[in-house]
Amino acid sequence: MNMVEALNHALDKNMASDDRVCVLGQDVGVDGGVFRVTKGLLQKYGKDRVIDTPLAEAGIIGTAVGMAIYGLRPVAEIQFSGFTMQAFDQIEQNMARFRNRTRNRYPIPMVMRTPYGGGIRAVEHHSESREAYWAHTPGLKVVAPSGPRNACALLHAAIADPDPVIFYEPKALYRAFREEVPDEPETIALGKAAVVREGTDITLVSYGAMMRPTLDAADDLKDLYKIGAEVIDLLSISPLDTETLVDSVSATGRCVVVHEGPRTCGIAAEIIARINEHAFEHLLAPIKRITGYDIHFPYFQCEEHYLPDAETIIEAVRETMQYDQ
Amino acid sequence: MPAISGDEDRAMTADRPAATIAPRKKGMGRKRIDLGELEDVQILNEHGVVDEASEPTIDGTDLFRIYRTMVLTRAVDRRMVNMQRQGEMGTFAPGEGQEATQIGQIFPVTDKDWFSPSYRSFGAQLWRGWTIEGLLLLWGGYFEGFEVPAGVNDLPFSIVVGSHILPAVGVAMGIRMRGDDAIVLTNFGDGALSQGVVSEAFNFAAVYKAPIVFVCENNGYAISTPIEHQAGTIELARRGPGFGIPSVRVDGNDVLAMIVTTRAALERARSGGGPSLIEAVTYRMSAHTTADDPKVYRSEEEVAKWRARCPIARFEKYLLNKGLLDHKTIDRIGKECEQEVRAARERFRKRAKARPREVFDFMFQKLPAELEAQKREYLARLDRKGVE
Ligand SMILES: Cc1ncc(C[n+]2csc(CCOP(=O)(O)OP(=O)(O)O)c2C)c(N)n1
Repeated sequence: MNMVEALNHALDKNMASDDRVCVLGQDVGVDGGVFRVTKGLLQKYGKDRVIDTPLAEAGIIGTAVGMAIYGLRPVAEIQFSGFTMQAFDQIEQNMARFRNRTRNRYPIPMVMRTPYGGGIRAVEHHSESREAYWAHTPGLKVVAPSGPRNACALLHAAIADPDPVIFYEPKALYRAFREEVPDEPETIALGKAAVVREGTDITLVSYGAMMRPTLDAADDLKDLYKIGAEVIDLLSISPLDTETLVDSVSATGRCVVVHEGPRTCGIAAEIIARINEHAFEHLLAPIKRITGYDIHFPYFQCEEHYLPDAETIIEAVRETMQYDQ
Repeated sequence: MPAISGDEDRAMTADRPAATIAPRKKGMGRKRIDLGELEDVQILNEHGVVDEASEPTIDGTDLFRIYRTMVLTRAVDRRMVNMQRQGEMGTFAPGEGQEATQIGQIFPVTDKDWFSPSYRSFGAQLWRGWTIEGLLLLWGGYFEGFEVPAGVNDLPFSIVVGSHILPAVGVAMGIRMRGDDAIVLTNFGDGALSQGVVSEAFNFAAVYKAPIVFVCENNGYAISTPIEHQAGTIELARRGPGFGIPSVRVDGNDVLAMIVTTRAALERARSGGGPSLIEAVTYRMSAHTTADDPKVYRSEEEVAKWRARCPIARFEKYLLNKGLLDHKTIDRIGKECEQEVRAARERFRKRAKARPREVFDFMFQKLPAELEAQKREYLARLDRKGVE
């Protein structure tokens, strides 16, 4: 399956096994979603559980919060992550807070799915990566899959989770490649990162769409420069798996973090801070970050130069390796 | 700024007209609130028959220019769809079928006025002085396309649904505050009315009597969502009166009706009467964007029904009947517009060069030190790759 099919599979399984699970968003029903992630669900589960909403993001998230309060398990789709801004109020003031505000009386077991990131030659506002906003918001969990199989497993986990989850889908990977996805539900614990390549020289950390150039860089580093990179796929951006990060960097002593969102106060900044707090004495070189820049995502004829690529990552790794204390 | 009405105006008073149930005591009981009648306007029907009583006087050269721009708009539209298919253009939102709505709303707007459009507005943008190649650059992914032409008081079109309407109201409030002689016209789709910020915009405009005209282009769909599922009432013009905004529903495929109603709304705005809402009932003949497949959500019969109401064909009949146009001229205009578009495409191809070195340059008047450092790092990266 590709990632779209894997996500569709996870939604289908959850809707089949639990009638509290419902899907809502713009064009998710008749159209099956603009990326076709919800294709066929309307026909199977009907319009009470697959809800085509008006064009209102605050409306989608705000009413999903209410459905969750009432005991349903809504999976809301925001068509592009750029339009989650319209729902900011409902996310920050209600979705993230209700459990705490009501001393556990009303937890919000809902998921907000949304495609994020560049690389698909889209018009303005369709390429942003603003995961840091949500990681910065107390009370939310944030996850980002990097392939069909972990997308399916993470979505199962997100729907099962008793708290609100922002599910950030790397749209550049929607149809980029296929993987075997087991039919039976497989889950990945939220808050757990995966070590996807083992290595002893340096730790590379990334997530979502940037796993592709990161893995390409790891391959080239090994083949061309005999540098063994350990690669960590975060999967969960919040909560962060500090332990896995610290263990790896304690062993390798070097680290490069990669993401496409803007640099300032980005996820890399948090990762580097935690490594400083917990593994400072093991560090052999300063940690580098390869990120998007602090500018608006360039219009699409210029986007390839904005996004981190394997070449830039390799360069950063080689500089880190050559660092002389 | 006008004063907001005081408490006594808001209190329920006994002397409201047309009570259906007789009040038991002065000021109490049930009575009807008069929201005013909503008008539905059509001047030229789909058979080219004109209602002479409401037919506007527009001189021949203007009528000719309106017709020509409608034809040009469609030619640009079709060419852009073609170019998108050939990979020369990004995802693009065509506007076929909405030419009368577009040109009709913009014709009465003058150079000193302001225009804040949504993304499906290149017809009106062409009228305002945006160039075809500029629009091609824009949809082709080159940010230069957003450069507002010199002497044009327009905001760039908004991709985010409904987001551009509050700033438009702000411009109108500014005009009012400075006592200037100008108005603002802004447009948006039927889906946009579902956005909370659009209600905020209506309310601000009404409270401050901002000189603005809201044109809602009700083309039946927001991507796959038909208006019947978008809203609890399909008569979108009803939204205005609740805000205290005079509103009217117009046949959006009738360019004369569009002109007459927009003109009246502009005059109201200019003379201090505040905002108006125009609901233009039209139809999106093409896909939502080049990435959309409308067959999934609407029938061929429905599209055929609207094809028969083509705004250009209708206006053509009117001009033919008036003797302002003949078939030879129609042919000639068609060919001229086609040529104009091809020439613009050539200019676009010459200018279509990505300028990755500029992506930092318009962030601030002066880049902060950290951003300067990031820019140097980025330019070094381009140098390494040999990117100009
Ligand atoms: C705030 C926001 N949400 C979602 C989108 C994605 N989107 C683009 S156009 C569109 C439908 C707009 O419908 P309508 O307002 O009726 O205008 P039309 O496209 O029909 O001209 C949607 C949902 C967007 N651009 N902005």
